[in-house]
Parts: sequence; C-alpha cells; structure tokens
Amino acid sequence: MNLDSHMQRAGVWRGGDTPPQDSGLATGIPQLDSLLGGWPQGALTEILVPEEGIGELSLLLPVLARLSHARRWLAWVAPPHIPYAPALAGAGIDLSRVLLVRPRGATDGLWAVEQTLRAGTCGAVLAWLAAADDTVLRRLQLAAEAGHAMGVLFRPARLASRPSPAALRLRLEVTPRGLAVHVLKHRGRWTGGPVYLDQTHALALSSFSSPAPGRIQSGRVR
Amino acid sequence: MAVVAARALLDDLRLLARDSSRERVALEQLAAWAMRYTSMVSLAPPQALLLEIAGSLKLFGGLERLSAQIQGDLRELGYGVATAVAPTPLAALWLARNQGNSAVVEQKRALTQALATIPLDHLDLDRSLRKSVRGMGVRVLGDLLRLPRDGLARRLGRELLQDLDRALGRLPDPRAAFVPPLRFHEQIALPAEVEEVEALLFAIQRLVSGLAGRLQGCGGGVQQLELQLIHRHERVTSVFIGLAAPARDAVRLLELMRERMEHLSLPGPVTEVGLVAERVLPFAESNRDLFARHGEQEEDWLALLERLHARMGEEAVRGLYAVAEHRPERAWCDDVPGQARAVPRFAARPVWLLPAPLPLEARRDRPWFHGVLELEPGRERIESGWWDGSDIARDYFVARNPHGVRLWLFRELRGARGWYLHGIFG
Repeated sequence: MNLDSHMQRAGVWRGGDTPPQDSGLATGIPQLDSLLGGWPQGALTEILVPEEGIGELSLLLPVLARLSHARRWLAWVAPPHIPYAPALAGAGIDLSRVLLVRPRGATDGLWAVEQTLRAGTCGAVLAWLAAADDTVLRRLQLAAEAGHAMGVLFRPARLASRPSPAALRLRLEVTPRGLAVHVLKHRGRWTGGPVYLDQTHALALSSFSSPAPGRIQSGRVR
Repeated sequence: MAVVAARALLDDLRLLARDSSRERVALEQLAAWAMRYTSMVSLAPPQALLLEIAGSLKLFGGLERLSAQIQGDLRELGYGVATAVAPTPLAALWLARNQGNSAVVEQKRALTQALATIPLDHLDLDRSLRKSVRGMGVRVLGDLLRLPRDGLARRLGRELLQDLDRALGRLPDPRAAFVPPLRFHEQIALPAEVEEVEALLFAIQRLVSGLAGRLQGCGGGVQQLELQLIHRHERVTSVFIGLAAPARDAVRLLELMRERMEHLSLPGPVTEVGLVAERVLPFAESNRDLFARHGEQEEDWLALLERLHARMGEEAVRGLYAVAEHRPERAWCDDVPGQARAVPRFAARPVWLLPAPLPLEARRDRPWFHGVLELEPGRERIESGWWDGSDIARDYFVARNPHGVRLWLFRELRGARGWYLHGIFG
C-alpha cells in the first residue's frame, strides 16, 4: 500500500482539489433546458427584448427561486419598475434573499452590478443597464466569473447585431406560435433553433382564474 | 541645559512646548491598544507601559516573536520604543530605561547581576535622596545592593529598600490594571495641511490600527464610527460610517472609509484627523466553515451590503417584502434586506407593479394602451380598506396588447368607472 493509493481512498480531502464544474443552472422549463443545457453560471447572459413585459422575466423565475432557497442572493439592479414582492413570493422566491439596488446614475449602476457579481454571495444579478459597451461587458463577464454568479442583462433587441462578450445571448420575440426564444450566441454549445413557449411555462403567472392553459391570442387590431 | 545656552550652541533650534496632558492621553491610548497582547497592562507614567506577558507567550509563539511583533506594531503606529523583559515590573522598567535594546532577563536569580550596572538616574528618586546617594559615592545599582540593609534603611529611607526588594522579587509588587474607557477618541495632528484623500488615508490608517488593536484587546466591535476632519479655525467635517454588524477588522474599516471619502468634497485643507467610536459592542468572531466556498459566509454578505451602502446610501439598497393586504399597492414594502418574514398567499400577480395606477384611454368601452387590449377571461374583484379611508373597489383583469405584452389592469367600480393600468407581467 503506497502513498498514492492511500490518498485516493475516499475520506481524504486534499486542499488543492477544485470542486466539479457545474454544467449550468437548470432553467425549470423543459424546452429551454434541452435547448441551452441550463443557464451559464459564472458568466453573463444577455436577453434582448423588443419591449418589456413580453415574458422575459418569467423565464428566469424558476432558477431565481431555486437559487434563493440555496442561500444565494438575488440582486436586481436598476429595474425599470419595482419588482412586485407578492409576485416573486408566488413564484417561489425566498424574499429574504432579494436585494433591490436603485442607483442614482449610470456609473453607480455599473459599479453596483460589478460589485454584486464579484462578491460571490449573489447567485444571480439582474441588471437593466442603459449603455454598456464592449469593455464594460467584458469587465462584467470577468466579475461574474470571479464571483461564480449568473449575470443577466436585459437590453433592447435592436442591439442584437452588435457583438458582445456575453456567454449566452437570447433574443425574445412574440409570434403567433408563442414566445420565440432565439439563441444568438451560446459559448461552448451548438446553437439550436428557436424554441416556442406558450405562457404555461411560467409558474403561477398564467391567467389566475381559468384552470385551462391560456393560449396566446393574436391581437386583432381594428 | 538652559534654553539660552542651547540656542547659543545651535542657531536654528526649533523649540516645541511640552504638553504633558496630551502625553498622558497618548499613553492611555497606547495602553488600551496594548491590551491586544495581554489583559494586564498598567501605566508607569510619564512614558512607560508595563505588560504582563507570561500568559500570552504561548498564544503569540514565544517571547521573541511576541517582542518582535510588539515592536513592529508600535513602529507602524509611529512610536519609538525601548523594551525590556524581566520577572518583576520594576526591574523591567529600570532595564528598559537603561539599555533600551531589548534586555531580557528570564530568571529571578539573574536579576541581581542584570540590575547591577543600571545608573541610579533611572530610578525615580527625589532630589534630596539623589543628593545623599551621590554624596555616598554610589553611582550604580550594584553598589547600592552591596550596602548593608539596615544601614540603608536608616540613611536613605525604608521606601528605597522596599523598591529594591520589589525589583529583586523579594517583595510582591501588585500593579493596578489599566481599564480602557469605553469611548474611543483619538486625534492625530498632521504635520502639514493636507488636501488629497490619499494622504489623509495614511493618517487615518494609523487611527484605525489603534482602534482595531483596542477592540481586539477588549473583545469588542464597533458599529458606528465618526471620522472628524478638522480644518483651520476649528471647523470640523464629520463623516459618519455605519456598519451592518459590529466589526473590528482594520482592513475592512479602512476600505469603507476610503469608499466614503472618495466622494467627499472638502471645504478646505485638513490640519487634524480624529476618529470617534462612541460605543463598543460585544463582538464574537463567527467560526468560519473550512470547506465553504468564498462568498458563502455571512460576513461576506454583510461586507457587500456595507460597500453598497457606503457608495450609494442606505435608501438605494433595500430588500422587498410582501405584506398581508388586499389592496395591491400596499401588499409590498421595502426595508432592510435579509429579514425572514412570513409570506402571505396571493393570487397570481404581475412581476412589475407601477408606482401609481396609470389611467387608460377607453375606446368603445375597451381599454387602450399602445393598441386595443384583449382581456383574458376571469377577473378578480378587490374591495377593501374601508377602515382607514383609502378604500378601493376594483375589478382586476389580465389583458394582452397587440405586441404581446401581458398587462394587469383594473376598472374602478365606483365613480367614473375608468380603466387603469397597474402592473406588467414579465
């Protein structure tokens, strides 16, 4: 019995061992899981939307709920409106781990995003940044790696054609078939085709009084 | 020598008045700081401290390491020091005054030999006694020890004999322990007027080290600090720093001060820097988990919160909580983050709530917001709040606009029966 075999036996923890890399945070939505393999952890995700409120946040609620119960904090930096606590609680998020940051200006906002990403205590940082160029995004990406946090930036869809260092870029679009999720960039994976989600993927956010799943109705404009 | 004589010898002599009260204050502050090494510190004014270190040797890894650490830390604080180690306090005091380059005597029986060469000037003898001793031809302590005891007592007094006995360990020598005041207030006068933050931080670092040492000695932490920047004509700029939990880590306190000072605009150059901590709270180091990854400790979270507070203010960093209320605009509140509160159950709610309901146009009795809004089936009627005067009676609906945005809106049941937008589903 030599030293190597002794060290390999279970029960000996070596200080230099790195923990196994997580492959990604499960999204909680089956179609997204098979498309993306989970949200990238320790990296930036960009979600590009033509306008707010088409369902971009409901994609994230399951993973936010899971992170909050795993003792990681959720930071919302410069959201466009106040996140409504009853809705977050209804989605299963532990409110004692929610941090709302409302900075005064753009520089304070960028600083806050970087600090919360880098700290390591935040599992997810959701940010609505006004102007973020390539250098800024690269810095945030490094901060997310350092703090092993999931950084999510919500940006307007017209920036889709501009390149970005984020690890995952999604563009959302409302179509008659449902909410279309286009993968513009996915580091380390084959980008699949768009996935169409109807509103039933969200927990407890569908129409509250009808038990049948709500379908998207095309708005008929008179 | 007289001042006139000194001036005659050296033309550009600079005279500084001696301020004994400030010296006393500085000695007391040092004594409080020295309590990080031992719990038994006593003052030997005007310029000496006695530290009882027998109990601390094991913790600090031996006499040499403790001695080196004390000297190094004192140098960092900006003080020059002469140290000596001996089995009795008086012997240590006299040795330090005499040699000053770390004399160490470990055994009592070696004391007689070690003390032999100390000149009698280092003992605290009063004038007449010193004269008579000099008259006897005694110059060093060794000579005094050789004289017969009863003769010594008769001619020079019992007190001197007792001091010698205490120094040699034949009589006990209990000393009063120094009790640090609960309030920390230290000031440093800067050598020149300073305006840059970096130079100020250098002086502040010394204050913070002193505070941290004191806190470590008494096992306490501070939660609120006041940094005073004193300008000409006694004008003071105060910077208040609050922490989320009692802390005593010098690095962390300094970082917070740096963060706060970078956004400070000074009304003028600073001549003195002061640090005040009114209350010292009990502090308990939390046990660190050996296998926890970085960032999972409770104090990392508090450190992040403090950093955000320091730069953006407490109002910009809040936690969200749900309140058991039927009226939607009151069903939430913001407060200090991190509190665990009971969560009431709600029906489905939108992720975004508008700060105030937005009145909507109605075209042909249908609400309109960037397009005609299609209402989904089902509604929620909320009538509540009659008891405090802000009662509401509304029918809430979920609607979708032509762009696909899902909205939460309501219709007033009373009065004009207007449509309002209250929230947006994410």
